[in-house]
Amino acid sequence: MNPFQTISSRAVLLPRDNVDTDQIIPARFLKVTDKAGLGANLFADWRYSPAGEPLPGFPLNDPAALGAGVLVVGNNFGCGSSREHAPWALIGFGFRAIIATSFADIFRNNSIKNGLLPVAISPEAHQHLVGLLSEEPEAQVTIDLASQKVTMPDGAQTSFPIDPFSKTCLLNGTDELGYLLSFSDRISAYEQARENTPA
Amino acid sequence: MTGPKTLFEKIWEGHVVAQEPESPAVLYIDLHLIHEVTSPQAFTGLCQRGLRVRRPDRTAATIDHSLPTRPSPDGTLEGRLSFADELSRKQILQLEENCREYGIPCYGLGSQYNGIVHVIGPELGLTQPGKTIVCGDSHTSTHGAFGALAFGIGTSEVEMVLASQCLLQNRPRTMEVRVEGKLSPGVTAKDIILALIAKIGVGGGTGYVLEYSGPAIRALNMEERMTICNMSIEAGARAGMIAPDEITFDYLAGRDFVPKGADWERAIERWSLLPSDEDAFYDRQVILDASSLEPMITYGTNPGMGISINALVPTPQDVPLADDRRALENALQYMDLRPGSSLIGHPVNVVFIGSCTNSRITDLRMAANLFRGRKVAHGVHVLVVPGSQQVKRQAEVEGLDRVFREAGAEWREAGCSMCIAMNGDQVEPGQYAVSTSNRNFEGRQGKGGRTFLASPLTAAAAALTGQITDPRTVIEQPIP
Repeated sequence: MNPFQTISSRAVLLPRDNVDTDQIIPARFLKVTDKAGLGANLFADWRYSPAGEPLPGFPLNDPAALGAGVLVVGNNFGCGSSREHAPWALIGFGFRAIIATSFADIFRNNSIKNGLLPVAISPEAHQHLVGLLSEEPEAQVTIDLASQKVTMPDGAQTSFPIDPFSKTCLLNGTDELGYLLSFSDRISAYEQARENTPA
Repeated sequence: MTGPKTLFEKIWEGHVVAQEPESPAVLYIDLHLIHEVTSPQAFTGLCQRGLRVRRPDRTAATIDHSLPTRPSPDGTLEGRLSFADELSRKQILQLEENCREYGIPCYGLGSQYNGIVHVIGPELGLTQPGKTIVCGDSHTSTHGAFGALAFGIGTSEVEMVLASQCLLQNRPRTMEVRVEGKLSPGVTAKDIILALIAKIGVGGGTGYVLEYSGPAIRALNMEERMTICNMSIEAGARAGMIAPDEITFDYLAGRDFVPKGADWERAIERWSLLPSDEDAFYDRQVILDASSLEPMITYGTNPGMGISINALVPTPQDVPLADDRRALENALQYMDLRPGSSLIGHPVNVVFIGSCTNSRITDLRMAANLFRGRKVAHGVHVLVVPGSQQVKRQAEVEGLDRVFREAGAEWREAGCSMCIAMNGDQVEPGQYAVSTSNRNFEGRQGKGGRTFLASPLTAAAAALTGQITDPRTVIEQPIP
């Protein structure tokens, strides 16, 4: 896993609710057998015309979006399918953290496993942040995982929740599979006990 | 002393291998289903670490998402693959190779058991009460219909399960969805779940495992129960479950992978202990009255945007919250629908009957009963795609394929097909489809395509009239 400690960056504003994984990366781009190159097709159907030209006005096509590490969205971000191609595409574009008011479960899990930080803030703080970024799109947002704080362009701070295990894994770049495999003996013992009395 | 427990708690507690403080549980997985789209990167990861698949005997594979459903022009498998593009072909062959390499049973192209992963698991009897079941696919919630704990996972988690047969999981909360009353004629399980999602919203189940209970659920057959559990994820839920009963056991009896003889009797004894205890605690409860439901249809771009088929499309001015208002405006703009209008009579270009939600034999029978002796409306493209090769064979034994063909519908090979539009079956830009699938997201069934989600009955009625139609009016009409 890529470690995540802190980021200060410009933010791209896409404050829509219930953005589903079919919008993040349409299914026709899932016919890949590796993880590379998906960033080019992030939000493909909102981002490009039918002829494949970037649509002016879509936030990701703003030259200022290039190099931004934070994406600000609405509620229930990443609902729909379990495709991990969604966080792969977001990371491929250059995002390191997503700020929303809530996330869909599977998307949240997939993101953390790839070092993409899901930051859920209160609707009030979210509204404040969206207001600031609408007025000053180039403004910086800082996200600090250790203190679980978002610092907005005007200096206002808000906190976000994360479970202690995910936090530790992200801060240290812990390999979750490695952690899981450290339980191998107990998994074997569990299997042994179950073979005797099948569930 | 232990208090009363829910179905979910009984299964969860029986599968926790380890639980360290401030950490997720190490949860044992009894059955891991895999398919071609979400597994290749997991196998690559496994290979890079030099790991093997811990329990190939608890793993099963199928090919469904990108498999062409057009009948082979020359009857050969190669002929069927000729409709696949280069990338899909590579993905399909990659899965077959990975299964060979790691000794995983694969019900792939050419297998008489091939089909949609959530159709074949139950059909083969791999899906059983009390099991933990995962798959790199969000509709894994389907298997919960058997009283299993089943949920979708990402590719990193597919790799974890392949390597360790376990997952790191935080314990979800529980929600009882009690469905009282009795469905009226022409109203189906699909209408129950669409009504629930319209009620609690596409994020309403986030963080919860839903347990469906009540007389209306008990009255459903297994395929109807699967339709309901299948769409639990569309409410954002981690899983959906229904306690096993005689209907469950009757469905499973004699299937390939269920215990036989004395082992079967013992299995029934164990499974009979699974239903939630009386007075078990749920974190939340929702009640729905099946008696008051009408056929449901969606008008928008997420599965929560659904109404009774005779109701009017909502009006943005009536929506109090600004964000919700904007979302509704965007959806109506994408769908090109007028606020306050009725959907009845709205023209339809495509009808899709299929998907892991509604492609089983009882779904096809339901649709065929409406098609029998009638013709599809002029200009409507109707695709009927069975969920598995077994469903296809059964339908052909019953002559349903002839009913569909004679009505003017296309009868296809098994697969996910137009639900996800990865295999060449798709809705064209601007077209309207009535679909028995599970998602009406923008572009889900093809870029620019517009989806109305509905039951197989409502889909069949639209196919016959060429417009959105209350299926009850067609059922009541004598066949010309």
